[in-house]
Amino acid sequence: MSGNIETDACDPLVRIENLRRGYVQRRPFSGSEYTIEALENATLTISRGATLALVGDSGSGKSTLARCLALLEKPSAGEIWFNGRNLLELQASELCAVRSQIQLIFQDPVSSLNPRMTAQEIVAEPLAIQKGGTRNQQRECAIDWIVRVGLPNNCIAKRPMEFSGGQRQRLAIARALVLEPKLLILDEALSNLDLANQECIVQLLADLQAERQLTYLHISHDLRLVSQIADEVAVMNEGRVIEQQPVAKLFSSPKEDYTRELLLALPSLESICIDRSA
Amino acid sequence: MEPLLEVKDLSIRYRGSDMREHRAVEGVSFEIVAGQVLGLMGESGCGKSSIALALLGLLNNEHAEVSGSVVFRGQNLLQMPDHSLEKIRGAALSMVYQDPGIALSPVMRVGAQIAEVVHAHKQWGWEKCREEAHSILARVGLEPTNRIYAAYPHQLSGGQLQRVVLAQALVCGPALVIADEPTASLDARNQAEFITMLRDLKNRSRMSLLLISHTPEIQASLASRLMVMREGRIIEQGDFDGLYAHPVDPYTRALLRRADRLDDLEAIERKSRLHQQITG
Repeated sequence: MSGNIETDACDPLVRIENLRRGYVQRRPFSGSEYTIEALENATLTISRGATLALVGDSGSGKSTLARCLALLEKPSAGEIWFNGRNLLELQASELCAVRSQIQLIFQDPVSSLNPRMTAQEIVAEPLAIQKGGTRNQQRECAIDWIVRVGLPNNCIAKRPMEFSGGQRQRLAIARALVLEPKLLILDEALSNLDLANQECIVQLLADLQAERQLTYLHISHDLRLVSQIADEVAVMNEGRVIEQQPVAKLFSSPKEDYTRELLLALPSLESICIDRSA
Repeated sequence: MEPLLEVKDLSIRYRGSDMREHRAVEGVSFEIVAGQVLGLMGESGCGKSSIALALLGLLNNEHAEVSGSVVFRGQNLLQMPDHSLEKIRGAALSMVYQDPGIALSPVMRVGAQIAEVVHAHKQWGWEKCREEAHSILARVGLEPTNRIYAAYPHQLSGGQLQRVVLAQALVCGPALVIADEPTASLDARNQAEFITMLRDLKNRSRMSLLLISHTPEIQASLASRLMVMREGRIIEQGDFDGLYAHPVDPYTRALLRRADRLDDLEAIERKSRLHQQITG
């Protein structure tokens, strides 16, 4: 990227403004069309090197927003500013480079990793697509990342089904980070894991963030997890971001009733255990 | 008291296409008495779901080798011929699956899918089976039952579908229900509602529950006993309150204790002040 685009550190890495995305549906029999608005003027910002958690009920538009940001879907209107450029105005040739800067990790590694490829092939594939280095360099880089996310280096020839749930998610992280992105979108990436594994992955993500100034957009409906990992929280409801606040402020003084309801829906483990003994 | 279900030395091995054996479960023993909720925790791939499938006799095929004994109401399910097993499965012993989107047929009305279960197990006419389906829909809180009965799965929300799957499991009045991550596909609010409903239904009958879930809050809301698995073996089992207060194994502790900072707002505030300094 050219020099003048390196903006100062105060500028947020991502600024999404009035993003809209509608899905056109057809009524059965009559055939008339109508639009479901998954995103209605969603607006949020993500600071550099920070973790923004995006929370809300299912169907509130969290994943649609993530898919638009990752350029997997085209919004109907609005602006997505990433690193000082509006992604929706870029040429197709420029988008290829931007895509490698934004990586996505999904909830279910079983269905997002190709079962017929080995761990090393899975991690090296993005490099091959972006044509980074020779075949040998790609191989070494992949192995390097597999080890760095905490997988044993004798596992490079194994296939996804031979890993446990936590290991598969580590593999997905290695694949996402091999292109050295600036932004990592985690769409419920930790919700299938038990607490012990969750804790390890949270630690790994925190270490990587400190080491490489990574920015995370973390989609989750688990508010307990969000309280541990996020710097800021954005709450979505019916296609809108209804509030965005630093994590402590959101938990102590939510502005919206909807947020308060979300927080109340989930008693802590301690309070459940006190109820048990009562 | 005679246990409702007694599992002794259960081992499960899968054979891959290359004839290599994979040991999924090894020497697992436990029992469930009537009215009890037994929680089962462990990481994905540790064998939890294999146990559930083996209890239901769904692993009787050439790819799996099941040994040990599963005694349900005095009968060993592992040695039972298929036609006798079919009488128990879905009636006295039933299962709630993790993903209702896969468990339900997309081309049948959900009410008919529930009535079908009754029809398969009882010598009743269709009219009575339909009435039974309506009454169970009301019991799991899906009202108006007429509208839900006639709906196809794609017309219902995730929370509603999970209740339909539960209704299917409960409609024949089972003695034991196996629930495999019943809330995994629900959001926080639906999760809380589903758990409360399950607890009420359980308290009103003498149904037992084998609850597979890795979320400690869900186990704490329902389970009276807890069993922790790792790599196919049970590493700890006992009374829930006892295990929660004094977990012996460090893995049990890691599964049950969250680094919960919701109550520790001061720590979060410190972090956010730090963050403001960094970002200016």
